[in-house]
Amino acid sequence: MIKVLTALGLVDARRLLDNREISAAELTDAHLNWIDEIDEQVKAFITPMHEQARGMAADADRAIAAGEASPMTGIPVALKDIFCTVDAPTSAASEILKGYRSPMDATVVERLRAARAVFVGKTNTDEFAMGSSTENSAFFTTHNPWDLERVPGGSSGGSSAAVAANEAMVSLGSDTGGSIRQPAGFCGVVGMKPTYGRVSRFGLIAFASSLDQIGPFSRCVEDSAMTLQAIAGHDRRDATSAPVEVPDYLEELRAGVKGLRVGIAEEFSSVEGMEPGVKEACEAAYAMFSELGAELVPVQLPNAKYALPTYYITAPAEASANLARFDGVKYGLNIESDTLLDTYLRTRGEGFGPEVKRRIMLGTYALASGYYDAYYVKAQKVRTLIKRDFDRAFEGVDVILAPTSPTVAFKIGARVDDPLQMYLSDIFTIPANMAGLPGISIPCGFSEGLPVSLQIMGPAFGESVIFRAAHAYEQATTWHKERPALLRERADTTV
Amino acid sequence: MEFRTVIGLEVHTQVLTETKMFCGCSAAASDVPNTHVCAVCLGMPGVLPTVNRAAVEKTVMTGLALDCTIPRFNRFDRKNYMYPDQMKGYQISQYELPMAVSGFLDVEVEGETTRVGITRVHLEEDTARLVHRSGPDGDYSLVDVNRSGVPLMEIVSDPDITSPQQARLYLVALRRILRYIGASSGNMEEGALRCDANISQRSEDGLIVGPKVEIKNMNSFRSVERALDYEIERQRAALRNGETLVQETRGWVETQGITVSQRTKEFADDYRYLPEPDLPPVEFDEAWIGMISTSMAELPVARRDRFVADFGLSFHDADVLTDDVIVADYYEQAIASSGGHYREVATWVSGELFALARNRGGFEYVTVTPEHLSEIVTMVASGEINALTGKSVLLDTAESGTAPRQIVMDQGLTQVSDASIVDDVVREIVAANPKAVEDYRSGKQAVVGFLIGQAMKQMRGRGNPDVVRQALLRTLDNT
Repeated sequence: MIKVLTALGLVDARRLLDNREISAAELTDAHLNWIDEIDEQVKAFITPMHEQARGMAADADRAIAAGEASPMTGIPVALKDIFCTVDAPTSAASEILKGYRSPMDATVVERLRAARAVFVGKTNTDEFAMGSSTENSAFFTTHNPWDLERVPGGSSGGSSAAVAANEAMVSLGSDTGGSIRQPAGFCGVVGMKPTYGRVSRFGLIAFASSLDQIGPFSRCVEDSAMTLQAIAGHDRRDATSAPVEVPDYLEELRAGVKGLRVGIAEEFSSVEGMEPGVKEACEAAYAMFSELGAELVPVQLPNAKYALPTYYITAPAEASANLARFDGVKYGLNIESDTLLDTYLRTRGEGFGPEVKRRIMLGTYALASGYYDAYYVKAQKVRTLIKRDFDRAFEGVDVILAPTSPTVAFKIGARVDDPLQMYLSDIFTIPANMAGLPGISIPCGFSEGLPVSLQIMGPAFGESVIFRAAHAYEQATTWHKERPALLRERADTTV
Repeated sequence: MEFRTVIGLEVHTQVLTETKMFCGCSAAASDVPNTHVCAVCLGMPGVLPTVNRAAVEKTVMTGLALDCTIPRFNRFDRKNYMYPDQMKGYQISQYELPMAVSGFLDVEVEGETTRVGITRVHLEEDTARLVHRSGPDGDYSLVDVNRSGVPLMEIVSDPDITSPQQARLYLVALRRILRYIGASSGNMEEGALRCDANISQRSEDGLIVGPKVEIKNMNSFRSVERALDYEIERQRAALRNGETLVQETRGWVETQGITVSQRTKEFADDYRYLPEPDLPPVEFDEAWIGMISTSMAELPVARRDRFVADFGLSFHDADVLTDDVIVADYYEQAIASSGGHYREVATWVSGELFALARNRGGFEYVTVTPEHLSEIVTMVASGEINALTGKSVLLDTAESGTAPRQIVMDQGLTQVSDASIVDDVVREIVAANPKAVEDYRSGKQAVVGFLIGQAMKQMRGRGNPDVVRQALLRTLDNT
């Protein structure tokens, strides 16, 4: 079989690397060269890491030669530019952190580094992960590889576009309200948000600490499982990371869905603004599960409709505190003025973009004396109810299906003036964040030539059953094999 | 119009731990700025806090020592305010669910026991230290992050305190407890213990007649008492003159002995507290609390009462010996080998050792071991050496570290009680001082002391004072 190096998946790449048919250096160079060629159009990367990547590839080759390869050794990985790295700047796509050098690696970075993965670059995101399109990046907007006039989704749009455009084999993103699943959906790749607490958040620049969770992008479910395997597990530096053992995600990957109880929630069947093409593709996907032997079970999630407003109280409230440290005194942008207050005001005024400011204001308001009970406290109560809905539903089903987003990727600029419309693109992904549950987005069709994606949610620490369901569906369909036209004319090294 | 004063105290104290509250940095003070720091206590992007167990244990222990209820659940909260001493723009503190609530502390005021309620005890992190400087280009401030993240415990009293004296005694009693259980050094001068006071006036029948005023900047227990004395007079004078008092924060100016307004509270601070999402709520189980309770050192009042009951000490002596936990521990170690000379050891500790401690700048600098003190006391009690010799041996031991018995042997300091030896010396003295003998005969009893002194001098201080006195009187009367 002839394969382009940049099109390889983890399983094939692993075999070729371990058999010394290719080297990590070759694999890395193929990706770096392709980044040089294509990223002018896609603009997935804020900071490519050519030099670092070549060094890491050499290390990986030595490890392979010494028989010390782990599953991720020599694998080209892209990192959302919100994970701290010691060997490349970490900006969170914000002017306030432009050029910032972290003194530490995030735990996920540390784990991948220890596994001798190769970091090809830091990817674009909405500023501080606040957004659904990467249009809130302080630097530039990433383009959807399927249609360069469209957004890749967000906030982890750089990481999803990089994988969709073969610029990285896998990548990491973070998901606070859908920031992995929604861009994965828009770019037709696999995006997994694990259970809250499954992956350490240490070194992830916080947006909303009680919701943020790190997860992988990949071009197939098995790669997603392998990548999560490498980053999951308790970390004593993150008190919210769960001391729960990590199962072997590949163990039941191929167990199929026969007899699996699959929940379909009416609350996810239609919302205002949902595109018919998305609805059709998702309903066809539900039917496919039935065909594959799963039992479709209706479930009720009556409070799910409150997830979006609840989220827009909770996340900005936490963000307003999390972003207070950026004051121009210690690191990052500093616009020194005559008084301390002016230094604060000007640094933050010029350092933060409009969406970040909007959320700081929303959150500050929600926490203010006299409003706290009516907004923040009430939102937490609703959050508990949403969680209870899911707990009850998962007593009767193994997974719950839903669309990832109500629309396909929209045109760049189409929603920038309408924040509420922008917020709605996360309406199906936010409930899992509010409940702390895992969810995956996998391709399930096309509408108007753009990918449509299916979301599979599971119970807490139920990543295995999600992977199993996703893999069964993937193997029965060919959607994940479709590649953007952008990639068709290319010819890098083949094996 | 007569007034009643209502005072509540907020005490902040650094908790004695090896490491900081939320990271592994040393919590010790350092003269070199910004050396005990890491990404976490600097509040760098991406860092997360992890809770220091020892700090939690000592806070719960403090709660137990103050007869507080320890709620099953407690939680950390973010207290939002931006200032350069605040690395994250918020302080991790406890707001709605503190670690300990509803306790009390009994304070003795002029022989009477008064009870002061404890509202709450909670745990938080200290801020960085700002050093304000002036230079040729104007004023500027330096930030020392060493203190940022040091565990800080806040102990809030109910507004039960009625006088500045009681306020000071409350602080004395509180600090004693904190030191006893090893929760705090209690050192106010070094800033390890800080106190703010809320004070207001009520009418005789309890109606509030003046707003609450918060007093800050008091750097010693004495200045707390002075500041409150001043403030009472200021508030009462204002009320009598029909002036309007405002709710405000005032600072104590030690050098002038006055309080001055720092800021009025027209706008209440809004700290926008929210539950700290980086730290799951803490749940204590009964068994764990029981373990903390069992491992807690005996508290000062209990120890004092035991010293009275078990060692036959006077209330005053027991009180003096139990004031400082180091002294109380020393005393108990010393009596262990003293053959039951409890009261004698007490006298030596509160007399000679305290004098030694004053000279050395603190009891912790006294180098005489409890065992050596016990040796001296035993030798004195058995008549082996006299008290005067004992005192000089003590100083010798303090200097050289040599065992007292060794010193006595080496220098031949054993007390001389042999009547025939003493008689010879006395006869010599009487013979050599005919004028004194004459004075004695004419009724001047005071010369006896002089003659005893002469005899003791002759015997290099080793004479048994009783034997010498008897021999002298006998000789004088028989000559």
